[in-house]
This record gives sequence, C-alpha cells and structure tokens, in this order.
Amino acid sequence: MMGEVYTNGKFSGSVDDARQFAQQVREERRKGVIPSNVNVHYSEKLDEVQIESGRGRARRPLIAVKDGRPMLTERHIKQLEKNEISWSDLVKQGIIEFLDAAEEENSFIAFFERDLTPEHTHLEISPLVMLGLATSLVPYGNFNQSTRLNAGSKNQKQALGFYAANYAVRMDMDVNILHTPQVPIVETIMNDISRYEKHPAGQNIIVAIMSYKGYNMEDAIILNQGSIDRGFGRSSYFRPSVAEELRYAGGLIDEISIPDKNVKGYKSEKDYKYLEEDGIIYPEAKFKEGDVVIGKTSPPRFLSSLDEYNLASSTRRESSVAAKHGEQGIVDFVLITESEEGNKLIQVRVRDERVPEIGDKFTSRHGQKGVVGLIVPQADMPFSASGIVPDLIFSPHGIPSRMTISHLIEMVAGKVGSLGGRKINGTTFDAEPEEKLRRELLELGFREDGFETMYNGQTGEIYRARIFIGNMYYLKLKHMVANKLHSRARGPIQLLTRQPTEGRAKEGGLRLGEMEKDTFVAHGASLLLKERFDSDKTTVLVCEGCGVIAIRDEFRKRSYCPICGDNAEISGIEVSYAFKLILDEFKSLGIYPKLMLESKY
Amino acid sequence: MSIYAEYANKIPKRVIDEVKDGVPESISESKLKKILDECVREYESSMVEAGEAVGLVSAESIGEPGTQMTLNTFHFAGVAEMNVTMGLPRVIEILDGRKSLTTPMMEIYLKKPYSKGENIRKLALAIKGTKLRDVASEFSIDMAENAIRVLLDKEKMKEIELTESSIGKSVQKSIKAYNVKLEDGMLALKSKSKEITLNELYKMKEKIKSMHLAGVKGVTQVLPVRREEEYIIITAGSNLKDVLEMEEVDATRTTTNDIFEIESVLGIEAARKAIIDEVFKVIESQGLNVDVRHIMLVADTMCTSGSVRGITRYGIVSQKSSVLARASFETPIKHIINASLIGEVDYLTSVVENVMINQPVPIGTGLPKLRMKKQNEN
Repeated sequence: MMGEVYTNGKFSGSVDDARQFAQQVREERRKGVIPSNVNVHYSEKLDEVQIESGRGRARRPLIAVKDGRPMLTERHIKQLEKNEISWSDLVKQGIIEFLDAAEEENSFIAFFERDLTPEHTHLEISPLVMLGLATSLVPYGNFNQSTRLNAGSKNQKQALGFYAANYAVRMDMDVNILHTPQVPIVETIMNDISRYEKHPAGQNIIVAIMSYKGYNMEDAIILNQGSIDRGFGRSSYFRPSVAEELRYAGGLIDEISIPDKNVKGYKSEKDYKYLEEDGIIYPEAKFKEGDVVIGKTSPPRFLSSLDEYNLASSTRRESSVAAKHGEQGIVDFVLITESEEGNKLIQVRVRDERVPEIGDKFTSRHGQKGVVGLIVPQADMPFSASGIVPDLIFSPHGIPSRMTISHLIEMVAGKVGSLGGRKINGTTFDAEPEEKLRRELLELGFREDGFETMYNGQTGEIYRARIFIGNMYYLKLKHMVANKLHSRARGPIQLLTRQPTEGRAKEGGLRLGEMEKDTFVAHGASLLLKERFDSDKTTVLVCEGCGVIAIRDEFRKRSYCPICGDNAEISGIEVSYAFKLILDEFKSLGIYPKLMLESKY
Repeated sequence: MSIYAEYANKIPKRVIDEVKDGVPESISESKLKKILDECVREYESSMVEAGEAVGLVSAESIGEPGTQMTLNTFHFAGVAEMNVTMGLPRVIEILDGRKSLTTPMMEIYLKKPYSKGENIRKLALAIKGTKLRDVASEFSIDMAENAIRVLLDKEKMKEIELTESSIGKSVQKSIKAYNVKLEDGMLALKSKSKEITLNELYKMKEKIKSMHLAGVKGVTQVLPVRREEEYIIITAGSNLKDVLEMEEVDATRTTTNDIFEIESVLGIEAARKAIIDEVFKVIESQGLNVDVRHIMLVADTMCTSGSVRGITRYGIVSQKSSVLARASFETPIKHIINASLIGEVDYLTSVVENVMINQPVPIGTGLPKLRMKKQNEN
C-alpha cells in the first residue's frame, strides 16, 4: 500500500506509510527543520497526506502535547513573565503550534490541562481563544447566549471613545470623541492585552433596573439630567469641509476668496459674514446652516468665443462650500495645504458638541442597546437609602427574553468594585466567581443580591419592590439623533418629475408608497389620497380638438395647439406632472396619446 | 304563512328558515313581524356599503397574514400522510392558476361496503397506476435483430395481478409499429420495418418504460388511511375522471387538489369551491385567521370568466379594461404598444388610472358624483 502525498494540492510523490509520514513531518516541524507555517493533514479515507503551506488558511495557536503532558511548562511561563523569551520563541521551539482546519481534523485537543490523556495531541491555550477581540471584551460572557455576545461585540465597535491620541491634528471624516472616557471597573484580560486604557470607549455609571413611568418601554433608557450635566455621554463630532482650487483647461483656475457680488449664483452678504479676507472662515466661528465655510468661485462652465466680448469677470460661478441643511457647529481647525496635483487645498474641520439628548443610543457591553426615552431632573430620580441616585434606568423587560445574565453580574461586580475601590476581573471563563462578589458585597454593608430599597424621587414614597442597582460600564454609540433628525413640509423638488427629492441630505420628503396608498383606498379616503399625491400637480393646457397638450405663449398672452393652430378650443386640466411626462414619453415613442375631455359635472 | 313570504325578497331563505325553527308555532303575527323586521335591519347593516374597496381589503387581509406564513414548502403531517406542498408556495400555485402542480393529490372516499377496510390494500393497488418499468427488471436493445427486450419481474407482476400475456397484449395494443412476442419471461419487441436506426430504437425503449399498463393513469402512489370510522385512499398524482368512474368510489366526496381537473370534470362552480377550500386549508394549517369571504372574492374573480384564470398578467390582469391599469402591473411596454396599435381608449373608471393622473379614485368618498339639472333655456 502506497500513500500519496500532495503538496499545496499538487501530487508530489508517494510514501509507504502515509499516516506515519504525516507524523514525521509534524515532528520535523517541531524541531524547526520544516517552517512552522506548514500544516499536514492525513486523510484516513483516501490514505493520503496533504501538505499545505499556502496563504489564506485560517490557523489558530495550540499548545503541543507529548505523552499527555503539555510541552509548555512552568519554566516557560516564568521566562515569559521575566521577558526572557517571547511568543515567537515558543512557536519556533514547537511548543505552540498553529493548526489549520485540516490538521485540526487529525488532532485530539483538550480544553483544560486536567482533561489531558496520553492520546491528546494538543491543549487549548485558554477557552477564551474561541472569542474574538471585541467579544472577549464582554465581561462574564460565558453566562450569556452566543447571540448576545455577538450583539455585544457589534455594539462596542460603534462606541464613541478616544480613538486616536492625535485626533487634534487629524482630518478624519465623520468622527467622534468622548469627552471623559473611563476604564471599566469590571474588565477582562482583553482590556490589558489590547491596552484598552489607551483608548477607552465608555463610562462607569450607576444603573437601576426598574421601569419609570413607561418611558423606558421597548429598550428605551432613562437618563439622569444631573449625570449629563456632570459630563456623562458628552462627546464632540468632527467633520471636515474641503475645497480645492482646481485648474481647468485654458489656464483657468478656481479662486478661494470672498465671492464678488456680481458672481453668478451669489448668495447674500450675510451668508459670507464669517469669511476672513482669504475667503476662509475663522477658527472658533459659530456657524449655522447655510453659512459659507469656504468662499470659492469657479470659471464659467462653457467658454465660447462669444463670451470673450462679454464682461469677463462677471461670468464666474459661485462654488462655495456652505454648511448643509441642519448642520451647525464651531470651526475647530483650519488647514491650508496642497493637494497631490499641487492645487491649493483648504480643509476646515468643524466641531459640534453633542450632549446626550432624547433619541441618542447607548449600550452596555452585553448587547443591551437602547435609545434615551426621557431625561429626568436629578431631583425626580429615584434614590436609595444611602442617597445614591442612578445615572440611568434600564427596563427589567429587557432581561428575561434575552437572558443576558452577564448584564446582571456586571452590575453586582461593578458595585463591589466601586465600593471596594478595585477592579474586578470579569474575563469570560476565568472571572471572579459570583459567590465571592456576593460575599464581598455583604461585607461592604449591602444586600448580597444587589437589591436596595429605593424611594420615589417625586413623592419620596418608598417603592414596594426592592430595586436591583449597581455599577456598569456604559457606552455611547455613534448613532445620534442630531445626525438623523429630519422633517419636511415644503422643500426642493426633482427637476425631471417635479416630485419631492429623496433623502435627508437633500431635505427630501418621506414617500407615501404603493402599500400606503392602498390603505387610503381601503378606507375610501379618495380625496385625501388625491391631496397626498398633489405634490407634483400641474395644470396642462389641452387642445380639445386633437387631444394633445397645447402651448401657452406668455409673451403674446395667447395659447395655441401645435397641431390645430390658433383657433383650437383649449382648456386647462389638472393632472400630476408625472402623467404629463409619460404622455411626452409616449409621443417620443411615436405613440399618440389623445386626451378626450368632458365636463366633470 | 304569508308573513314569511312577505320577507322572501328581503332576507335570505336560510335566515327565514332559522326564524321558523326558532319561534313557537303560536307566535302572534305582530311579534313575528317585529322579529323579522329586526332580522332585515341586522341583515342590511351587515352588508358591504357601496363604494367599499372590497378587493383591496381582501388583498390586504390575505396579504398581511401571508407575510407570516412559513416558507417551508413541504411538511409531513404524521407518518401515515403524504408529502404535500403547503404554505405560501401552495397559495401562489393556486392563485396563479398553475396547470401542473408540484404535488397533485387525491382523497378517494369509498362506498359503504368497501369503506369498511377489508381488502383496502388490494383496492388501493388497483388504483395505483402501473407502468411497464414497474414490472420490468431490465430493458435491453438487441441490435442484431432490431429488437427491444424487456425482462419481466414475476414477483412484482404477481403483486399487481398481471400476467405475461396480459402485459404483452396491452403493449401490442399501444405500439403498432412493433411485433410483440413472449419469449420465456421476456418481452421482445421487433420492429416491423427493416430500416430502423439505433437512435429510434433507443427512443422507443425509453418510451415504453413509462407505458401505462394497469390501474389509474397518473396515480403514482397510494396510501390507505383510516379517517373517522372509515377507510379512505390518499393518492399522490391525480386523475379524478378515471377514479370517479370506478364502481367502489364514492363520487360525492372524492376530491383532488388539482383545480383544473375539478373544472374539467365537475365544472366551474366546483372549481370555485375547490379554490376556496384549498386556499383556506393552507391558511388554516398555518394557524392564521382570514375570513373566508376574502378568499371567496378571490375565487369568484378567478372564475367569473367561465374558466379558471390565475391572478397573473396572462390571467385576470389581462382582462382589465384599462390600458393604464394593465401597464402599471407587469410588462408595461407590451400593453402600451398593443393599445396604441388598435387605438384603445381608457375611460379612467378604476383606481390605478386615477392615481396615475392625480384624480380622485372612484372608491369611497370619491364615488358619489354631483348631478345637476340643466335649466331649460326656453
């Protein structure tokens, strides 16, 4: 029996004993003869060996095991602690091996050291390695459903924090900085590994789980106005405006300056009020929507020979960068540089302070996200016997269906940590046990279950139920209402269809779609429906003779039909502009759409 | 009684009968009148008002629960049942008016002595359609003699009570261009003409594999099931006409899920009822709650033309009188071009057209019109 050997999918020879050969390759690899990025797989079914060394294989590190004993010893760990050896040394020595999916099939991997038998080939470094970076940031993650861990890690990626220490000199698009970020009290080992203290993304606050007048229904949360005043969740939003002096054919160039009054498309004097002589807004200017940030004019679009005789300067176009609809803020930083092509480039970074408001999104680290439903004055917030007022009230209905036990444990752990003045290790699979926390809480003079007697902030009455209250690490997420709020009563329309524009950026309307239309019909609200669709209504003149749209000549104050001429009987009808458009389209296709008019009454 | 006759045109007969049964014989005339007047009032108040958008309300009432239907195509209701298309795919299949179903099925009820369950297996097997391939174990081509040889499986033949000669006879009956001979457990089909290509021979071999020998054509599987004190036969594959002709079958209760078969065998009214029953069965099986009248309306629209038409651009929608309404459904270009070729006129009588041109739709408050008497000029 000859076993075949394939290297990176290509046949490269045959061996007598394929199984033993694969084992031999592994041993050579451990010795360092064969590079550590080679993986071997022995296929029992085909009796062949597949050797892979290509890129694109997902591999994971494991501790090699020999005769039921891990090759990683206490001595290695001590050396690691003293920084005498490093991870790559362990890999080189074959103590830590990276396995790909195929080689894993040939391995027998123990989860814990105590489970090891002589048959085992590898030992898991830690059960934590099954989680990614963001997921291992969730404290007490092993008490949760996996879906919640997914949600929790997803949420953390959207949290506002301290994303880069040099943010003040960067021109990032659409970024936020949390003003007073903190390191979590309940942390995981990943906080150390990822150096979380260098870029924290949340704040430790006091959370009470209770309902409050129904304003925290459906995942909403209640915030304490006092906490906000003291800086909870306060952040800044940065966004640059960019303008470049582009060069055009014929030696023409954009000019960054305060536009001249006779420039085509000149706005109004007060729109340019913040611009300095160089045509750029000054730092710390507090501007509102419509204000020009960078003044710019461009040469005329089509330069024909005729224009030469006209006044040359007056044909320049206004092309300033202005604050968009709903945009406001303070000019933070002005940067004047050159673009790659050597053009003058102006970047104006705008800052906007964002104080938490109703509709902003917050989350704990357990996938328990919610938007602010109400901000309550501190005086009206419930308080505990010791006078503690929660910063945030979370609804109890969020717990049972989602089964985020880690959320509850973090509250107890956070309470112990803040009262005891220490950090709590909440690493998944390796956390401080709940019983220990409870005991400590009891010693600190609190109920061991984390419940406390609370009082109604408005009436002073005692709540009949005890309230679960504790400390948590809360994150402000980047979805803020200020960036999303939108309404329209009147506004811009599309050129082609004369229907309202779409989208917040274009100050658009909200579409009353096909199915929404159906509800009007189902209610028999025929005239209301017509009114809703009046947004593009027009009066078109129709020649009653030939049924074609007639022409109105405003100069001569007369109407005529393009087919029948002046003596046609012409009447105006009210239809949607879109319908007029489709008639035009029919005509362009050579179809004659004839309108037959009759009296409505 | 004359009082009842008085109300005959005002309320349905069923209501009158119910009142008749409900009131004592000795009831006074005035009291009975009061009762019947109340019935009339109640009856009229439950009628749909003029201008109500019944079609749209039906569409919404079926469509909204439809979004909650599981997309699970097949399900097995117990071990003894067969694999049937259910859920949304089945509803779509019915309403589209598809001619060929994914899982055609029959429920055959039997007449009194047969429904007891004795010999039910035998009866079921008699219904099951047998093809030549079901009794053959091998098909081969004899190139030397231009013949096809079919090796017959004796055990299988015994099971369905067929003999070699009977098979040979029925094969000969349907294939005239070949001579069929029996050669020790083998069927030999020899071509009558000498000039025959191998290709033709091969095609014939494939053709005779699915030749119908016995039982009911189209029925591929049979399953006797006990249903409340009697035995019925559930089949996969459907052939209502042939089954109804069988002497043992109770023709009044036997059904199929193939609506077109019902239409051709039992007529359009039966097809309408079948549509209602089939759609309702699916909706009910999903645990949804839709009023039958919505489904009845859909079934009515599908059947009013006299034959079953699906709710597709080829079916019901192509019957709409308005060009704009048809164009706003599917394939607008086709409809516009055809309309322009024959000079179609759109009278703007329905909803979609009026939405398109921004006019009040003739539904609800848009329905009543003002009519004025012109003053006589004289």
